[in-house]
Amino acid sequence: MIRVQREDFDIGAELDRLAAGNHRIGGVASFVGLVRDRGDVSAMTLEHYPGMTEKKLVEIEAEANRRWPLDASLIVHRYGRLAPGDRIVLVATASPHREAALAACHFLIDWLKTDAPFWKSEETPQGERWVEKRAEDDEAREGWR
Amino acid sequence: MKLLYFAWLRARIGQGEEEFALPAGVCDVAGLLQYLQARGGRYAEALADLSVVKVAVNQDYVGRDHPVRDRDEVAIFPPVTGG
Repeated sequence: MIRVQREDFDIGAELDRLAAGNHRIGGVASFVGLVRDRGDVSAMTLEHYPGMTEKKLVEIEAEANRRWPLDASLIVHRYGRLAPGDRIVLVATASPHREAALAACHFLIDWLKTDAPFWKSEETPQGERWVEKRAEDDEAREGWR
Repeated sequence: MKLLYFAWLRARIGQGEEEFALPAGVCDVAGLLQYLQARGGRYAEALADLSVVKVAVNQDYVGRDHPVRDRDEVAIFPPVTGG
């Protein structure tokens, strides 16, 4: 399942719901991304491309499910104005054994970084600053080919 | 055609969306970007460095040789930075 929302999410409730009622699941892996203060960031705004965002997240999730035997998966990504420390994204995967869940979770966050149409702008004392893409993110994505 | 701009391209062009009548002779993404650049002003400035410009046609990432048609939704934006 994927969700794109302005509101915060409750990690415990999301993980509980992901595994609820399916006793084949032996492990749940998760990644939570937070707004990072790089020294001078008072807030951040996440912009996205409504429609394409959902489409890409569905594709990325389907690719993870094609590669690994998952019983459940979840991507929740926020948009709007956030403060340092706020949650941005939750990726969670569930499978009978840990290997698939851990690998798929890592894959999902790597692909989401390069393929989901979100953009971050930071508020700093010098004004608005658009976050630049990191070459490491492209390399991480290519590592899964 | 619906043209969409995001992030600093939206800020530099000064709008997020516009209706655009595809000119005769513009048949692919490269041609469209060239045409927009040639409008000058904010467009020329925002699209000065095309190496940092990505394009999606009908919500899929495409290369510069991808065809464009008048009923397409074309989005122009910098590399994504979510997650």
